[in-house]
Amino acid sequence: MTAPFTHEHEFETQDLMINMGPQHPSTHGVFRMVLQIDGEVVRDVIPYIGYMHRGGEKLAETMDFRQGIGWMDRTEYLAQHNAELSYVMAVEALAELEVPERAQWIRMILCELNRLSSHFMFTGAFGTDAGVFGTAFVYSFREREVILDLFEEISGDRLMYAYFRPGGLAWDVPANFERRVAEVLKSTKQGIKDMDGLLTENEIFRARTVDVGTISAADAIDWGCTGPVLRASGVPLDLRRTEPYLYYDQVDFDVVTGTNGDVYDRFVVRVEEMRQSVRIIEQCMERLRPGPFLPDRLPRMLRTPPGEIYLRTEAPRGEYGIYMVSRGGNRPYRLKIRSSCFANLQALRDMTIGSYVADAVVILGSLDIVLCEVDR
Amino acid sequence: MNHDLFGFEINVWADAAARLGLIVSLMTVVVMGLIYGERKVIARFQQRLGPTRTGPAGLLQSVADALKLVAKEDVRPKSADPWVFELAPYFVFVPIFLMFVAVPFAFHWEIRVLELGIFYVLAVSSVNIVGWVMAGWGSDNRYAMLGALRAAAQAISYELPLVMSLIAVGMVADSFNLTDIVRGQGQVPNIVWQPLPFFIFFVAMLAELNRTPFDIPVGESEVVGGPFVEYSGIRWSMFFLAEYAALFILALLGAAIFLGGWAWPLGEEWGLPWQLALTAIKAGAIIFAIFWVRVTLPRLRIDQLMAFSWKVLLPISFVQVLANGLVLVYEPPQHIADILLAAISGAGLVLVVMIMNRSVGKPRPRPVLTNRAAAATPPARSEAAR
Repeated sequence: MTAPFTHEHEFETQDLMINMGPQHPSTHGVFRMVLQIDGEVVRDVIPYIGYMHRGGEKLAETMDFRQGIGWMDRTEYLAQHNAELSYVMAVEALAELEVPERAQWIRMILCELNRLSSHFMFTGAFGTDAGVFGTAFVYSFREREVILDLFEEISGDRLMYAYFRPGGLAWDVPANFERRVAEVLKSTKQGIKDMDGLLTENEIFRARTVDVGTISAADAIDWGCTGPVLRASGVPLDLRRTEPYLYYDQVDFDVVTGTNGDVYDRFVVRVEEMRQSVRIIEQCMERLRPGPFLPDRLPRMLRTPPGEIYLRTEAPRGEYGIYMVSRGGNRPYRLKIRSSCFANLQALRDMTIGSYVADAVVILGSLDIVLCEVDR
Repeated sequence: MNHDLFGFEINVWADAAARLGLIVSLMTVVVMGLIYGERKVIARFQQRLGPTRTGPAGLLQSVADALKLVAKEDVRPKSADPWVFELAPYFVFVPIFLMFVAVPFAFHWEIRVLELGIFYVLAVSSVNIVGWVMAGWGSDNRYAMLGALRAAAQAISYELPLVMSLIAVGMVADSFNLTDIVRGQGQVPNIVWQPLPFFIFFVAMLAELNRTPFDIPVGESEVVGGPFVEYSGIRWSMFFLAEYAALFILALLGAAIFLGGWAWPLGEEWGLPWQLALTAIKAGAIIFAIFWVRVTLPRLRIDQLMAFSWKVLLPISFVQVLANGLVLVYEPPQHIADILLAAISGAGLVLVVMIMNRSVGKPRPRPVLTNRAAAATPPARSEAAR
């Protein structure tokens, strides 16, 4: 993106360095960037990460496979089910566990619900970044709250579910699960409509987001972007479609791509993805049958044979990959998380240079980063 | 020379002091009410309850907030410029309160009747930007300075359309005296003849007040409160008080100049309570509209804000003044003049809305949906990366 205007200064001017974060309301956690600004135009961005580093990967290596699930929640605290899914699927692949059908369908439903709650968090926070006084935020949180209530009924926790297990689920879902999911979907559909009316259709919102923070498909691929950030640039890469896991090959859904790769596209791609998630959940609910939720023969202490695996799934923010090395025993020898936010965040500098200070905030918001996942 | 205040003959200076004291104490109460009202209104828009705990229905919330702010420590950064930093709140606070001098609340209810009331109000109101820049500069904070410079640019840009729109009304009303303007609207309020200036006035008012979608100088998600970043306690609350006082006074002005103030539709014969109620209702409607805009719209960017002022509002307000001048100079019969004025202004309003739609709301392609048939192609890396 070129500078909005170039001006030959007749006198010496100096760019202003302005520090944004780690305690800034719109850096979504403890991200810090130093902006070099010339008037209102950003000339350079220096991002600093690592304020949230807790050594989660190393810690997970000290824990057995059941305890490690909890750490995945803590790396990605807005899409916990999706993060757990990568982990338990990696363990299952190493241990060669068969997962019962019912458990797989429930996992799919919960992961898509989690995608909805995560995207609602995005729309709300993004509305605030764009300058709506809390309305989008409150509306989004109302919808997210409904989903979190359901998660709480299922797992007993609102934030750190730790509900998936290698081989299946911790316990079966409550008896009223189907009715509750139907209720949640009803309010979710209305919530998506609200978001469209409040933001997508708003002229000022479009003026702020269209052609801002554009990134081309080639650049997005080079930076390793995944998820909605990549798809907004027009690359139809969705792991649910290209490498189907669970039963994603048995349900009907569309892969959503944008055309321009700007902030607006990243927003509408997410909103449209929410509609697709609702479709997927509705199909899953039809296919859900009673049955076991854990394999018949599951050892009390799960041990894996030596080996290594890289397993990736499509989390709301992109590819959430687990690289796991096992030397036998009940815990991973080495665990590495491939964080989608970390990769997406790398594209920030390219997107931001040459735009306005106000755009820098919106662009950062459109990447939808979770700092816990970036730093781990 | 003596003046008459509520039937008592008192010295001019004592009279002025009494009136000002009355206004300041009244305003403090009104501002508290406005803050409570804004919190309640916004809460209802957002499906919340707003303050409920402090007093019946949360009515004492503003009092509690005020007490808290007064009791808080007044912090001044070590590197701040002491004089500029400490004096800035007064430069914001005093001009706003001076604006009340000319505002007519009801028949014969104004502090002073000024022949050039509109000019006085506009001249005084533009002084407070000095305080903003002082606050931004004196704080020795880059966010504050960025916010102050934004505020200065914005105030200069929107002062002009504001002045032009009020001049247009002044031409139609044949007076710059606020009291006369209100009295002239006994039959029909000015908004009927001059819808475009009312629109320009409303937009410029939002910008003058730094309210959404023009809250760029104080943008919470960008410059974190702008010039007020470093202020705390009583000094910060003075900025806040000034902000809400300005909101109230501009709403009163809008009600008086465009909506007929206390005169329309009841006329001069009705009693004082009716007139005060009319003024309050009209000002309240404008304030409610401002709150409504605040909860609904995102924030514009600084270049869009400037472009809208200089490229749309200012030229079209010049055209409005010229058109008014032409109509009034050639003195057509009264009913033809009225129709002409209303038609020109209405056409201008339609034009502005069309320009806004064209320039701001670009049509966008919907996101592309790919189903199973079109399988994803493996993404290729660019030449540079290879």
